[in-house]
Amino acid sequence: MLIGIKNASKLIGLSIIACCAVLICTMFVNFYCDVRLIESEITSEPAMIFYNAQVSTAKVVCLVSGGCLLLTAVVMLLFYIKHYIDTHRKELGILKALGYSNLKIAKSFWVFGTSTFIGTAIGYAGAFVIMPWFYALQNEDKMLPELTIHFYPGILFCFVALPTVCFSALSVYYAWHKLKKPVLLLLKDNLQTASKTPNHRTEKNKEVSFVADLKRNTLKSKKALVFFIIFASFCFSSMTQMSFSMKDLASEMMGVMMLAIGLILAFTTLFLAITTVINGNTKTIAMMRVFGYSQKECCRAILGGYRPLSYLGFILGTGYQYGLLRLMVDIVFKDMGSVPAYEFDVPMMLVSLVCFITIYEILMYVYSEKIKKISIKEIMIE
Amino acid sequence: MIKAKDIIKSYGNGESRFQVLKGISLDIEDNDFVVILGASGSGKSTFLNVISGLERPDNGKVSYDGKEITALSDKEITAFRKENVGFIFQQYYLLPNMNVDKNVKMGADLAGNKDYKTVIEAVGLGEKRQKYPSELSGGEQQRVSIARALAKRPKVLFLDEPTGALDEQTGRQILDYICRLQKEYDFTIIMVTHNLNIAEMADTVIKMNSGKISEIYTNTTKKTAYEIGW
Repeated sequence: MLIGIKNASKLIGLSIIACCAVLICTMFVNFYCDVRLIESEITSEPAMIFYNAQVSTAKVVCLVSGGCLLLTAVVMLLFYIKHYIDTHRKELGILKALGYSNLKIAKSFWVFGTSTFIGTAIGYAGAFVIMPWFYALQNEDKMLPELTIHFYPGILFCFVALPTVCFSALSVYYAWHKLKKPVLLLLKDNLQTASKTPNHRTEKNKEVSFVADLKRNTLKSKKALVFFIIFASFCFSSMTQMSFSMKDLASEMMGVMMLAIGLILAFTTLFLAITTVINGNTKTIAMMRVFGYSQKECCRAILGGYRPLSYLGFILGTGYQYGLLRLMVDIVFKDMGSVPAYEFDVPMMLVSLVCFITIYEILMYVYSEKIKKISIKEIMIE
Repeated sequence: MIKAKDIIKSYGNGESRFQVLKGISLDIEDNDFVVILGASGSGKSTFLNVISGLERPDNGKVSYDGKEITALSDKEITAFRKENVGFIFQQYYLLPNMNVDKNVKMGADLAGNKDYKTVIEAVGLGEKRQKYPSELSGGEQQRVSIARALAKRPKVLFLDEPTGALDEQTGRQILDYICRLQKEYDFTIIMVTHNLNIAEMADTVIKMNSGKISEIYTNTTKKTAYEIGW
């Protein structure tokens, strides 16, 4: 097999995202299905309002969280396949030159679907482990009749089997699409792979320093990484703020779960994105150091461009969590009398911002040390 | 003046440890054109890396005008490379996402050289400043790497098999450019090659064999890039 499980294992970020998405969606959809079964047993009006609010919550959470995480998982998968093809272009070019068809090579990419399977399976199993507590908390006030956890094969199929098959098929299709390049183009040797055909129209005559130019180029060359950096800070910002802001609206367990998922997603994505940035620019960094650029200048050129984007992600996350909680309070729970008033939590936002800046800068320091350790002999290793 | 004294360098650990440089000493005068000749595995590239400050020797000293670079910290040696040396490699190592102008700027910015476009003109690529490496031939890419190295106004230019990946005609053209630019910009050239003919262009020829200098001689009659055999 051209691509093995070892390659797929590098997609641990995808597994984690798939796990989080399926964990959340399985819990809420299973709860939604179970709560629908007891609809006929609800007799009082407050119980019916509570029931409707629970059903709406399940729908909103599944659509917003599941949709957002699904989109991220798809972007991550496509990014990794493109990255894999770019870094193995020579080997793939040789296979094509030997007579392997695009489809035959692309078929090997189905293994990337195993990362999805691992993530979704763990997420699904995890959801069933947490579900008893989750059900108890959702019906803490005993407003609804006793809820029993049921197993729905349809959910298992939709959240485990279907994503695995779809992601495998998407991997094969995308790889096949990306392999539709002339053999010579794949075989062409370069210091690093130019991500795009040069676009002369974007050239400006403005005189900017090389470091500023490289910073801009690094951002432009891997746009998916820009998305991941924004997503990471978005997750951190929205989930940390939401988990504390909603303490009056939801149970403590929900808050802890949200915080944990937010932090896992944020750190995994940020770690993978920054590692990819550095690995993808190892030779550029080595060349800069050969020429005499300092470690600080290398870090500024390679990592500096992502700082404003991460702050943008933080702002977007803040807006998102406020909008989502507002939506829940004003629309979903509007008929429930006991819902406390919700206001934007400024102190929480400031605490979250300080934590974010501190963690981000510590991570950047750690990565700048990693840059320092890049041997300048890397330039001579082909 | 560059002075190397008792340079020893080994790679590997334990039983697999292999001594690549076995106590090399030599002096190189300013503005000299030095060619280091040797077969594969003779240690010539390792020696180039050591005297250029890319690698530290296990033993021995390298000094530039009396300043010992082997005693400098990593930060200091980076600053030393910034101010003193330029590099040209066999594989060019240009940044693929940047055009000719920006690749040359990589060197020029280090020296605060605002006039880097004249260097691009000097290597005959004035018309191709907006082109990307993938749009240039091998010879043109090597000329960009020459311009990049010279734009930082180095005192010493290190070249590791600069014509190794080029055909004869392009190789000659590149060597001719380097010689002409040396006269114009005044710098020392230290070139590693296994091509015996290129040695005829140098002022000083150093022959290396199994990690030692086997012979040093001065050319009395230098040839141009178009006069040597290939």
